[in-house]
Amino acid sequence: MADLTANAPRTVDEIRAQYTDLTRRKRLYGGVLLVLFIAMMAAGFRTADDRNAGSFFDGIHRILDYPGEVLSEASEKAGQLPGHMVHFFPSLIETLNIAGASTLLGAIFGTVLSLLSTRGMAPWPRLIPVFRRIMDICRAIPEIVVALVLIYLLGGGPVPAMIAIALHTVGSLGKLFSEVNENASLKPVEGLYSTGASWAQRMWLGVIPQVGPNYVSYALLRLEINIRASAILGFVGAGGIGYELKNSMSWGQGRYDEAAAIFVLLFASIVVVDQISGSLRDRLTHGARKGATA
Amino acid sequence: MTTLDVNAGPLKGQMDKLFLKKRLMNFAVPAAIILYLGYVCFAFDVPGLWQRASLDNARTLVSDSYSYKTHVTRDNRSGLVTYAIEGERKGEYPEGMRPAWVSATGDTTVIDLEDGHVVRFGPETIEYDIPGYGLVSATPSRSKGVQAVLPEGDLPEWINLSKNRLAITTDAGRLTVTRNRAEVFRYFMGWELFFFTLDSPYHGMGAGELLSRAVSGEAGAIANDIWTNKMWRHGDVAWAIGETILMAFLGTFGAGLVALPLAFLGTRNFMPVRVVRFAARRVFDFVRGVDSLIWTVVLARAFGPGPLTGALAILITDTGTFGKIFSEALENVDEKQIEGVASTGAKPIQRYRFGVIPQITPVLLSQLLYFLESNTRSATIIGAITGGGIGLLLTQAIITQKDWEEVAYYIVLIVLMVMVMDWFSGWLRKRLIQGDAGGH
Repeated sequence: MADLTANAPRTVDEIRAQYTDLTRRKRLYGGVLLVLFIAMMAAGFRTADDRNAGSFFDGIHRILDYPGEVLSEASEKAGQLPGHMVHFFPSLIETLNIAGASTLLGAIFGTVLSLLSTRGMAPWPRLIPVFRRIMDICRAIPEIVVALVLIYLLGGGPVPAMIAIALHTVGSLGKLFSEVNENASLKPVEGLYSTGASWAQRMWLGVIPQVGPNYVSYALLRLEINIRASAILGFVGAGGIGYELKNSMSWGQGRYDEAAAIFVLLFASIVVVDQISGSLRDRLTHGARKGATA
Repeated sequence: MTTLDVNAGPLKGQMDKLFLKKRLMNFAVPAAIILYLGYVCFAFDVPGLWQRASLDNARTLVSDSYSYKTHVTRDNRSGLVTYAIEGERKGEYPEGMRPAWVSATGDTTVIDLEDGHVVRFGPETIEYDIPGYGLVSATPSRSKGVQAVLPEGDLPEWINLSKNRLAITTDAGRLTVTRNRAEVFRYFMGWELFFFTLDSPYHGMGAGELLSRAVSGEAGAIANDIWTNKMWRHGDVAWAIGETILMAFLGTFGAGLVALPLAFLGTRNFMPVRVVRFAARRVFDFVRGVDSLIWTVVLARAFGPGPLTGALAILITDTGTFGKIFSEALENVDEKQIEGVASTGAKPIQRYRFGVIPQITPVLLSQLLYFLESNTRSATIIGAITGGGIGLLLTQAIITQKDWEEVAYYIVLIVLMVMVMDWFSGWLRKRLIQGDAGGH
């Protein structure tokens, strides 16, 4: 006690001195952090620039060359664009299907894992950490790793990409779902338990109706991400529109109209899906709000 | 009572309809999901997958990822015997050195495969003594191919014999004899030469001896031998991981720096001009919609392969995302704090610095750090396309289709890297945001 009072400031001057001291120290820390951050950015940029094949300042002038070439060639052959789009439409559908199926599978398994790893709902509470670690690992493995290994095992095609994206989706949706589950009321579960319902029945009838809208909202957000991922995986050999893009690009000049058609298809589908899923999510949260006030 | 009766009729009808709808939905949603999955199943030709799937590949992958083999190869023309781990030049034993389980006297080399399996490379004839079966001998010659003498009885399925080739696969190892050469594989558990290659003086030393040598001043040389290991290329791998993290770091924070000023343009409360606001928002949408794949492809044309290209691809894609998130955060800023700062006579720039920035810092930081972790994963993928970082090493190792132990090593490193970044960004987020909240 004596120590505390001894250190406490007595007069206004002392208080002010301590306060300015504190602000100065805080400002110093902030400044040091800022300088450190800028230094790291600059050093990082220099390193990346050195290890790159072409340097930043040489390339910056050429940044519009490629889009320019593609656009000029595409506008020359503008008449062929609709035909190319029809030609590549099936592979776009394949990319969308990869994303859709993997989101669906990921959501189903993610739901199961999240229920298994939420306190109060888990049938085996002791195994909660195990299921959490499984989700962590699923989340940590980049899709490309699984996809490349599976392409070696199963041959090229959409299935490796689907499994790879689904695995990652299980991890990330599982985590988000279990956060939603934490906020769900356990009373319906207890009520169902008293009627002798099995675990699956308790979850299906007691928990899922509570968390359903949130689940769907997260799954839609994930679908947007997964479409991009499935396009990228196509580029490394897993089929779909990414694969076609790689092919038409490796042909180089003369096939840029095809590349342009694929760019347009990909861009349009991403924007359309984003819009649809955005408005659906808006309606879901809106509906939930209405239900809460009623 | 009467009014209730009057109202109950249509109400009951409505309830019945609602219940019917719900009951139908209960069946319709799972049915739709199953139908869609079934359609995808056929669209992706899942039934035909089993024919295309290669079990041999799976076996090689699994066994190769935790074991390695040492090749003993005899050139049948010159009679020269060489020893190489995984049959690679960089794993070759130097002149005069050979594995402990091989002994050579004169022209004869005896290879002990343990459990009684012994292979003898004679001057003319190659013999394999297989316990429980007998002695197989083969004489390769340029004119007559491979002449094999086997014990009486049917040819077992693990022996493959033709005019010019004899192949025997047992649990202990594998022997192949062709006209030009004879080769024995012996399998071992673990990852070979992980720390030291055969040309290093420290190869085969125990941990204790290494430690004592390190203490007595050879630590630098030991570290150098590990770092420059030709088989596992630890130095290159460390650089590659550094490059991947660098891509994520530069991309994420660069995007944050670019997006913050642009975000003001897209908000209702800071940007009164509607046209500019609308344009800014469409720019964000466009940049996000183009997708990192297309940006990567376009940028790789301008800057060539390397980490900078990957960093810029992440930067541009995330500028759109951050622009959207930041302008949403800025629209939710509390006006009262800005007014308070303005009432002290602060200039506009000070109003932003002390009235706006402190309010959005937590949102900003937590988003940036969250994206830093997810961009580490993206950087791995983008690296595989543009050619930089650990993603490139991984694709290269997979393309060889035989270095599965390296693939396994890289996968472990990537998973660890992502987990460490996840933990680090979470820790930093907690520190910075709590510290901030406590300070203000």
